[in-house]
Amino acid sequence: MSQASYNPALHRFAIFTACATLVLIVAGALVTSNDAGLSVPDWPTSFGSLYKIPHMVGGVRFEHTHRMVAEFVGLCTIILAVWTWRAERRRWLRILAVAGLGTVVIQGILGGITVLHFLPPAVSTAHAAVAQTFFCIAVCIAVFTGRRWIEEVPRVEFDVQRPSLQTLTLLSILILYLQLIFGAMFRHHGMSWGAHVINAPLVALILTWTAVRALSRYSRIEAVRRPAVVLLALLIAQLCLGFLAFLTRVAWGHDAVQPELPMVISTVAHVAVGALLLATSVVLAIQVWRHVPAAIREPLRSGERNPVAA
Amino acid sequence: MNKKAFAMLGVICLLGLGLLVACNKKETTEQPAATSESTSPAPAATPIDPNTVASVNGIVKLDGTAPKPSKIDMSQDAACKGNNMSETVVASGGKLANVFVYVKDGLGNMTFDVPKDAVVLNQQGCQYHPHVLGVMAGQTVEIKNDDPTTHNIHPTPANNREWNESQPPQSPALEKSFAREEIMLPVKCNQHPWMKMYMNVVKSPFYAVTGPDGKYEIKGLPPGDYTIAFVQEKLGEQDQKVTLAAKDSKTVDATFKP
Repeated sequence: MSQASYNPALHRFAIFTACATLVLIVAGALVTSNDAGLSVPDWPTSFGSLYKIPHMVGGVRFEHTHRMVAEFVGLCTIILAVWTWRAERRRWLRILAVAGLGTVVIQGILGGITVLHFLPPAVSTAHAAVAQTFFCIAVCIAVFTGRRWIEEVPRVEFDVQRPSLQTLTLLSILILYLQLIFGAMFRHHGMSWGAHVINAPLVALILTWTAVRALSRYSRIEAVRRPAVVLLALLIAQLCLGFLAFLTRVAWGHDAVQPELPMVISTVAHVAVGALLLATSVVLAIQVWRHVPAAIREPLRSGERNPVAA
Repeated sequence: MNKKAFAMLGVICLLGLGLLVACNKKETTEQPAATSESTSPAPAATPIDPNTVASVNGIVKLDGTAPKPSKIDMSQDAACKGNNMSETVVASGGKLANVFVYVKDGLGNMTFDVPKDAVVLNQQGCQYHPHVLGVMAGQTVEIKNDDPTTHNIHPTPANNREWNESQPPQSPALEKSFAREEIMLPVKCNQHPWMKMYMNVVKSPFYAVTGPDGKYEIKGLPPGDYTIAFVQEKLGEQDQKVTLAAKDSKTVDATFKP
């Protein structure tokens, strides 16, 4: 039984931080899609200043806006970490909040390295991956500080199927991370689009399997049903956006002299929905862990293979 | 975890930031005059008898219909007022402009004096002028900004040192050089993503860029067997061999297909 008490202000702030992080991911995607990554050539200063806002034209408006939103999210994360540390009795949640702060610091440093070393693909990809990791952490903190998580007595149903739903949710997270890395490497000119496109059907298969399993067997558990439905909806949206992004960026935009609006919109939306998809899969995994634990199979001894009722 | 751990985390973060700031090699203000990356003195130029030099000239043509230039949307910066058509393939009357022509092979181990005069790259109307530039390795490139807006010059070389610097309006020219030979080195502006040009860094002074009439001329070549390369940013490269006797003037044309 949890010793925590529901703190609505903390919960709302956690939700706010998660939302701000999604805005930051969109801001970052706009930088990449508009080819504006290095329009501010220095870091951590911007054109030599730590506080002056530069003339916001051209690529600078995307890059500097991204930096300003990042600073804001960093500040929110510090507040969230300190507040959670002080207000929460659950030690693991306090550690998670501090881990979130550490993640956002690493993310800032990675962002700086991308500027100082002219967008090396591996570092830019890591920057993208850590961004979504931090988003998942922020979403998890929002879930864990929610009233339902704290006050509800979890409805538990043991999962006897193999692979278990827990395994499927973990597989979903892994395959989504792989897809994220392939996509980021392509966006940052580290590899061709092939791996990302070839992996997409595998992502669709695993996520559909996971969602269908959750909905067909555990739809009575609302905490499992909701993220499973959202997962399916986001998957469909993401596949459509991926197709649009491919058309606008690869097929039609191959010889484009500048980033064009349809390409920018479709690629940025694809990144944002990808982040939501990953976060939803993490939430589903957490809820499955809580409500649908895998039943442990105890092997029978040889003499007990055909038990007879007394 | 306790207050000590928090403090330690804060110290580590500050140290990390300090390290990164110290490692920041970027310069956002005026640059000193460029110096060659090599510290050893340049070898003496190979003497060439001016009484025997030859020349090669010709026209680079486009066989087919040139792709229609794309219109550039410059609205993201109100200060950008200039030619808003792309320059990827510029052809007029079947003549191809912006083709870089150079002596790719045949000079052996000959060395040449690096000109003291700089070549000029200008930013005007939010476009680079010229679109294709030739320069010798180690020669100064003088980069000017004649626009009322900040540009950000970012070469993305494969064989040379990469750099990225902003240049506010009315600021002094930047002076840079490239130490190693590299053909079609892309240069872009991260402020205005349509701005692109290509720098061609060569070891000899025997190069040219075709004008709107598709013509080129390379003078001062010693007699010998040469490979002349014609490079266009989208249409690729063509090589042709030519043998030059003393005081020869030969015509070597090239034709690209769209």
